[in-house]
Amino acid sequence: MMNFPILSIITFIPIAAGVLILMMPAGRKNETRAVALAAATLDLLLSGWVYLQYLTQDMTGYQFIEQYNWLPQLGISLHFGVDGMSAPLVLLTGIVMFTGVLISWGDDNPHVMAGIQDRPREFFAFLFLLAGGVFGVFVSLDLFMLFFFYEIAVFPMYLLIAIWGWVKTREYAAMKLTLYLFIGSVVALVGALAMYWVQYQNTGVLSFDMLVMENAGFSQAFQNAWFLPVFFGFAVLGGIWPFHNWSPDGHVAAPTAVSMFHAGVLMKLGAFAALRVGVMLLPEGAKTWAPLIMGFAAIAVVYGAYIAFVQTDLKYMIGFSSVSHMGLVMLGISTLNATGLTGAGVQMFSHGVMTALFFAVTGMIYDRSHTRMIPELGGMMKVMPFAAVGFIIGGLVSMGMPGFSGFVAEFPIFMGVWQEQWLVAVIASISIVITAAYIMMNIRKVFFSPMPEHLEGHVGDVTVLDKVAIVTLCLFMVALGMFPSIMVPMVETGVGYIMNLLGGA
Amino acid sequence: MFTPLVFASILPEILILVLGILILIFEPFWKEDQRRNAGWLTAGGLFIAMIVSLLFGRPGEAVTVLGGMIRFDWLGFFFKMLFMFAGAATALLLMDHDRAGRRGESYVLLLASLLGMNLMAVSSDLVMLYLAIETASIPLYVLSGFLLNDERSTEGGFKYLLFGTVASTIMLYGFSLLFGFSGTTNLSEIAAMFTTGNISPFVGFGVIILLAVGLGFKVSLVPFHFWAPDVYQGAPAPIAGYLSTASKAAGLAVVMRLFFAALPDFASTWTLVFAALAAITMTVGNLLALPQTNIKRLLAYSSVSHAGYALIGVVAFNQLGATSVVFYLAAYIVTNLLAFGLVMAFSRITGLEEITDYAGLSRRNPFMALMMLAAFLSLAGMPPFGGFVAKVFVFAAGVQANYIWLVIVGILNSIIGVYYYLNVLKYVYLYRMPNEDEEQHPVPLTRPYTIALVVLTIGVILVGTVFAPWFSWASDGAFLLFN
Repeated sequence: MMNFPILSIITFIPIAAGVLILMMPAGRKNETRAVALAAATLDLLLSGWVYLQYLTQDMTGYQFIEQYNWLPQLGISLHFGVDGMSAPLVLLTGIVMFTGVLISWGDDNPHVMAGIQDRPREFFAFLFLLAGGVFGVFVSLDLFMLFFFYEIAVFPMYLLIAIWGWVKTREYAAMKLTLYLFIGSVVALVGALAMYWVQYQNTGVLSFDMLVMENAGFSQAFQNAWFLPVFFGFAVLGGIWPFHNWSPDGHVAAPTAVSMFHAGVLMKLGAFAALRVGVMLLPEGAKTWAPLIMGFAAIAVVYGAYIAFVQTDLKYMIGFSSVSHMGLVMLGISTLNATGLTGAGVQMFSHGVMTALFFAVTGMIYDRSHTRMIPELGGMMKVMPFAAVGFIIGGLVSMGMPGFSGFVAEFPIFMGVWQEQWLVAVIASISIVITAAYIMMNIRKVFFSPMPEHLEGHVGDVTVLDKVAIVTLCLFMVALGMFPSIMVPMVETGVGYIMNLLGGA
Repeated sequence: MFTPLVFASILPEILILVLGILILIFEPFWKEDQRRNAGWLTAGGLFIAMIVSLLFGRPGEAVTVLGGMIRFDWLGFFFKMLFMFAGAATALLLMDHDRAGRRGESYVLLLASLLGMNLMAVSSDLVMLYLAIETASIPLYVLSGFLLNDERSTEGGFKYLLFGTVASTIMLYGFSLLFGFSGTTNLSEIAAMFTTGNISPFVGFGVIILLAVGLGFKVSLVPFHFWAPDVYQGAPAPIAGYLSTASKAAGLAVVMRLFFAALPDFASTWTLVFAALAAITMTVGNLLALPQTNIKRLLAYSSVSHAGYALIGVVAFNQLGATSVVFYLAAYIVTNLLAFGLVMAFSRITGLEEITDYAGLSRRNPFMALMMLAAFLSLAGMPPFGGFVAKVFVFAAGVQANYIWLVIVGILNSIIGVYYYLNVLKYVYLYRMPNEDEEQHPVPLTRPYTIALVVLTIGVILVGTVFAPWFSWASDGAFLLFN
C-alpha cells in the first residue's frame, strides 16, 4: 500500500487533465467541462482517501512518502509526503477544485450567463495547472520542488484573473497580485538558497530535502537573520498585514471559481509554506521574531474585520474578511505553542471551505442580479433559498459559532494566544464582535430585506450543480463543527512534530 | 598527425563544411522557387551532423589536439551541440523569410558562422580563438545587412560591422598584450606563466579591461550593447534570433575559457569587473526593455539583460557557477529562439511587430498563443519552463560565492522582467482586435515554422522539468574548467 504513488498521482492528475483539455477541439465546451469534472472528482476521491487513511490508521509523522531522484548532483529530489498538518490541506484543495469546476460549469441560458462561457478550454487548463501546483506545495518535502510548485501555483492566477476577471479592475489586480507574490517568493528563495549552502558548510551534505535541513544546525545568528525574509516572503501569499493589499483586489477581480481557489486554497499555501519553511526549518529564528509576527497578525485580524465591516461591495467584504481570518492563522502560528498551532491548522481548513462557499454564493448572486453592491441587493432568500442557507451557514462559521468548524478552529487559537500574551488575545477577540456584526448585517440586507424593484422578476434560482457545490462545502463545515475528532487529533500529530523541532512540547 | 582522435575532435566542423559545400554545389541547379529547400537541407544536415557527432565524436578525457590549437572536451562539445541545434532551428525559421530565405547564400553564411562559433567553443590558443571569432562574426555582419532594400537592415548591418571590428581590434590588443607578457599564445601556458611570473596587478587589470571590452561587445554587455537593438530590429528576424542566442552563447563560452583557464590568478580582479558589468547589464537592459513598444526591440533589450544574469555564474567562479552558466545558456537559447520564431511567424503573416498588434492572438491562433506563453514565461523565469531552473541555478551559484548583493540585484531585475513579459501576454490573451472578429484573421503557420516552434517549445518544457541530464552534461563540461 505504501508503495502506491498516490501523492504524485493526486498532484499530476490536474496537470495531465489540463494538458488533455488543451488538446481538445475548441468548440466542444461540454466535453471539456466533463473531462474537468471527471478529473476533479477523481482528485477529490483520492485526496479524501489519503485523509481517511491518515485519520483511521492513527498515523504520525510523514506518511505516503515517495522519493525519486531528480537532480542528485544538487540534492534535488521529488520527495512527497503528508503529515497531520498537510493532509487536511490536500483534502481542502480537492474540495475546492471539485466545487470550483461545478460553479464554473456555466449555464447556457443567456438570461443567467453564469459560469465560464468564454474559452472554457483555456480556463480549465490554467485552473488545473494552478491546482497541480497547489497540491505539489502541500505534499513537497523538498525545498526546491516546493518552490517549483509554488511558482506554478502563482502565475496561472495572472491569466485567470486578467482574462476571465471583472472587467473594471482585472488588469490592475492581476498584475499587482503577480508582482507581490513573485517578489515574496523570490525573497524567500534567496533565504532558501542561503539555508542550502550553510547546511552544506555545516554538514557536508548537498540536499534540498527539508527533512535533512531540519537537522542542519543553523546558528542562532543565521536563523535570526534569515527567518524574516523567508517567513514574510511566503506570508505575503498568506495575506499578512501589511503585505495584504494585493489580496482583496485580487479576490474581487477574479472570476468566481478563481476567487474560491484564491482565498480558499492559495492563501493557505502562503501560511503553510511560511510554517513549513520559516518556522520548521528556522525554529530559533521563529522564537526570536514571534512577537513581531504576533503583532502583525493581530493588526491583520482586527483591521481586516473593521475594513470588511465598512465595505458596501459584497466581494470586497469577503476579501477583507479573508485577511482577518487568515490573520487568525498567522496568530496561531505565532504562538509557537501546541494549542495555537493546532488552531491554526484547523483554521486553514475551515476558512478555506468557508470562504470558498462565500465566494461561490456571491458569484451566483452576481451572475443573476449583475450587482455585488450590498445596498442594491435584497430578498435573495425568496429566489435562491438554497444559496441563502449556504451563505448563512458560512456566516455562522465565520462568526465562530459553536457547532461549526469556525469555533473548533478559533477557540484553540485564542487559547494559545492567551497563554503567550493575554493582551493580544483580548485585542484580537474584538474581531469576533465586528465579524458577527457585519455578517449579520449583510445577511439581513442581502437575503431578508425586501427585494428592490429593479431585481424583481430578473433573478432566478441557482442550478443543480450549484446546489451540489453548496452542499459539499457545507457538509465539511458542519461535520467538522459537530465532530472535531475527525480533524483535530490529526492536526495535533502534525503539531507534535513541529513542537519537537521547536524544542520540546 | 591526422589521427582518429583529431578527426573526432573536429568531426562536427567537417560535417558543417561538407554541408555548406553541398549547398553551394546544388544551389545553381535549383529554380528560383526551389531555393528555399536549402533550408530543409541545412536543418536536416545539421540534425544528422549532431547525431553523427554524438555517436562518433564524443570526447573522452580532455586533450588538446592540432598542436594545442583545440581542446577536445565536454564543455566544447556541449556548446557545439547547442550551436548546431540553434543553427538548425534558425535554418528552418529562415525558410519562409521573404527575401533572405530564398537565397542559398544565406544558408551558407549561416553555416560559416556556425563553424566559427563551434571553433570558438573549443579554442585553446589565442590565434585560433581570434580566427574563430572572426569566422563567426563576418558572416553575421553580412547576414544582418542582408536586406539591401531595407534601410534599417543596411544601417544595422553597417553599425554591427563598424562596432564589431572596433571591438575586435581592442580585444586583439588585449590578446597581443597577453602574448607579450607571457610569451605564448596557448591558454594553459599563459595561466602557468602568470602563476610563476611577476606581472603587476595593474597590468593585469589593463589586459582584463581590454578583453572585457571586446568580449562584452560580442555578448552585448552594457555599456557595449548599443548596437544590439538596432541590429536586431533591422536584421532578418531569424538572424536576429540567432545573434541574440547562439552568438551570445559563443561569446560567453569564450569568456569562460579565457578567464577561467588563462587568468585564474587574476580572479579577484576580473570577478569584480564582471560583477559590476553584470549588475549594470541586467539593470540597464531591463529598464530599457520596459518602455519598448516594438516587440523585437523588447526582445533585444531583454536579451541584453539575460547576458547579465548568465554572467552571475561567471562571477561566482566555481564549479556550480560554470555549470549554471552553461545550463542558463542552454535554456536561454531554446527560449529566445522560440520567442524570436514566434515574433517572426506573426509578422510574416500580419506584417506587424508592435506589441499592441498581438491583441487577440489567443483567438486567432490558440496554439501560437500557448507557445508565446511558454516562451515569455520562460524568459520571466517561471516554472515549469527552462528559465526558472536556469535562474535558480545561477542565483544558487551567486549565493554560494557570497555575492548576495549581486543576486539581489538579479532578483530585483527579474521582477521588472516579470512585469514587461506579462505585459506582452496581456495583449496575447486579454485584449481583442479592434473589430473583435479574430476568427476572420487567422495566423496560420507554415510547416517549417510549425516544426521549429513545436520542437523549441518541447525543448523549453524539457529543460525546465527533466533537467537532470542537461545539468549533468553541463556539469561534466564545467568540471574540466577547474581541472
